[in-house]
Amino acid sequence: MPLLKDGAEIENIWLFAGQEGEEDLKPDQAVTLPLARFLELAESLAGRNAPVGVRLVPEDDPELLEPFLEWIQLVEVSFPKYTDGRGYSQAQLLRRRHGYTGELRAVGHVLRDQIFYMNRSGFDAYETARAELPSVLEALNEFRDTYQPAADGRVSVFHARHGT
Amino acid sequence: MYRYDEFDARIVKDRVEQFRGQVNRRLSGELLEDEFKPLRLQNGVYLQLHAYMLRVAIPYGQLNGAKLRRLAEVSTKYDRGYGHFTTRQNIQYNWVALKDIPDALNDLAEVEMHAIQTSGNCIRNVTSDHFAGAAADEVMDPRPWCEIIRQWSTFHPEFAFLPRKFKFAVTAAAADRAAIAVHDIGLRIVKRGEQVGFEVYVGGGQGRTPLLAALVNDFVPEAELLDYVEAIMRVYNRYGRRDNKYKARIKILVAELGPEEFTRQVEAEYAAQRPHEKIDLPQAEIDRIHAYFAPPAFDAEDGTDAFEAAKAAEPDFAQWAEVNLHPHKQAGHASVTVSLKPIGGAAGDATDLQMEIVAGLAERYAYDDIRVSHAQNLVLPHVPVKHLYAIWQALDAAGLATPNESLITDLIVCPGLDYCNLANARSIPIGQAVQEVFADPKYQREIGRLHINISGCINACGHHHVGHIGILGVDRKGEEFYQISLGGRADEKAAIGAIAGPALKGEDVPGAVKRIIDAYMALRTSPDELFIDTLERVGADPFKEALYATA
Repeated sequence: MPLLKDGAEIENIWLFAGQEGEEDLKPDQAVTLPLARFLELAESLAGRNAPVGVRLVPEDDPELLEPFLEWIQLVEVSFPKYTDGRGYSQAQLLRRRHGYTGELRAVGHVLRDQIFYMNRSGFDAYETARAELPSVLEALNEFRDTYQPAADGRVSVFHARHGT
Repeated sequence: MYRYDEFDARIVKDRVEQFRGQVNRRLSGELLEDEFKPLRLQNGVYLQLHAYMLRVAIPYGQLNGAKLRRLAEVSTKYDRGYGHFTTRQNIQYNWVALKDIPDALNDLAEVEMHAIQTSGNCIRNVTSDHFAGAAADEVMDPRPWCEIIRQWSTFHPEFAFLPRKFKFAVTAAAADRAAIAVHDIGLRIVKRGEQVGFEVYVGGGQGRTPLLAALVNDFVPEAELLDYVEAIMRVYNRYGRRDNKYKARIKILVAELGPEEFTRQVEAEYAAQRPHEKIDLPQAEIDRIHAYFAPPAFDAEDGTDAFEAAKAAEPDFAQWAEVNLHPHKQAGHASVTVSLKPIGGAAGDATDLQMEIVAGLAERYAYDDIRVSHAQNLVLPHVPVKHLYAIWQALDAAGLATPNESLITDLIVCPGLDYCNLANARSIPIGQAVQEVFADPKYQREIGRLHINISGCINACGHHHVGHIGILGVDRKGEEFYQISLGGRADEKAAIGAIAGPALKGEDVPGAVKRIIDAYMALRTSPDELFIDTLERVGADPFKEALYATA
């Protein structure tokens, strides 16, 4: 599935290691794990050479990741249905409250017209079958101004009006 | 009235272009209907029984002549020459073509209007007191905070895909004319000394599970309001139910957790906000927005003598003035309700010509200020009494001077099965039939203040739960039936009405209401005891008895 990041389509080197045993965690393979499995294996994963990440489902509490955010390199936030907006709160919390600075990727039912909000909420990568790169780039710039502060750090209109 | 600056104007313009693109992608087939649906809904476009419907936002019901005139023009240009004002103080057009909607939105943007978030599972139009800025009983004008909430909630990136729709209402008056107890978040502006703050109520609503909102915080200082509200929204977005759309409103979360536990979670989220997460609304911005709502330069001339003379000379005018005026904080002024409830009409409907007439009257006589009330009427909030007679004459000639504000024929009525694809039964004809029984203005005044609200289905757009008498259309094996409830109220003593008994056939509803009123007239201690007060005093039993009595 196409992966879009930093204005370009990039290769996806990551593998999602869902429910199987540890044999799928090949030493040189970048993997993301479900939150529960990640928490269970965190100690051993910390020593791996290959990059490690986590995939959150909407019910997951991102706060549980706080002790690991220094070294994990990818958090995937999944949208089983694009109408399920919990991932936006997870993203804002990871970026703004827990200080995560690594890649934050939206996966699942990711559509062009959600990407503006995703970007504002702190996502910087989008795995999507339903949006071509040019239309995603267009979506990111559909609004020149935004009223609220959010994880993207854009100056809010409330503040821009007063030069603050 | 608030005026757009360059930022507001650009955001609305960008939205028009974005929606134009979305419509084009839909028309070309690039977007599937399923994917287009939430996009069009967040722009107020519904697919109804017969056509697309466009719902245009009227933030906190605020209009002026230019805006209302443009709403009239849009109805002529893209629809069938009328619009329907709703209980969220918005306007709906029922017959627009999808391909025309971007142009209609562009026309609206020219007068600083839009359809943003008038539907969908997001934060909807903020409603307020239709007498805001004019009412004698308010501690301050609530509109500046409505405008701040409007801006903050517009395209909020975190709260665009909530479990369900989300409605704010704000009041600052002793008498609650904004029905804050039946909103997802109801705010009452209060003062502690000079400090302005908010009582925050959460989890009210109607629909199939009517509930009154719980007080979550009795004083949030104004500078902290948006941060506090963000905490509420985040708790709801994360933990509100998404497994069942009928249990997805915040009221269910509050009810299932209990108000104490819900409040604890909100307070915990609020306490966890780090300094850089705060919106930190600049005081200069609060002041800037407040400045737009400064009162007009009120006419100092005392027109009372002319007003009294006109009443003495013209009984119909006197009757209208007795019913459709509301006390104003400024001497020599009144607030006028322009009734959109003529006997036999469709509640809340106005033709293009009627809209133009009201726009002209506001510009000529009433400081160019117009409101939409949640009871589906128009209001001229600031009118020098010396102009009342001229205004009445013009309204009367246009069919807009029905003297029935807050009387038994001032019904709240949803569009019902005549338009809406959710409805189980028709609402408009039932309302008309009830009106016919009580058409005599003198009889209506004898009965006194009484609210009858009619919904065509359990979604309760006609607010039947909070009508003194509520009428709910239900489907019984393909036949339209109507359930009567008694004792609801939407004001500061908000209550949910109780179902009186078995549902009735539509043809039996007007007679049943008449019997309830006859019982009330016999039971009341004096003409000053309102229906709702008599009901409270004697209980529902005598009314139920009357309701089901057969001749």
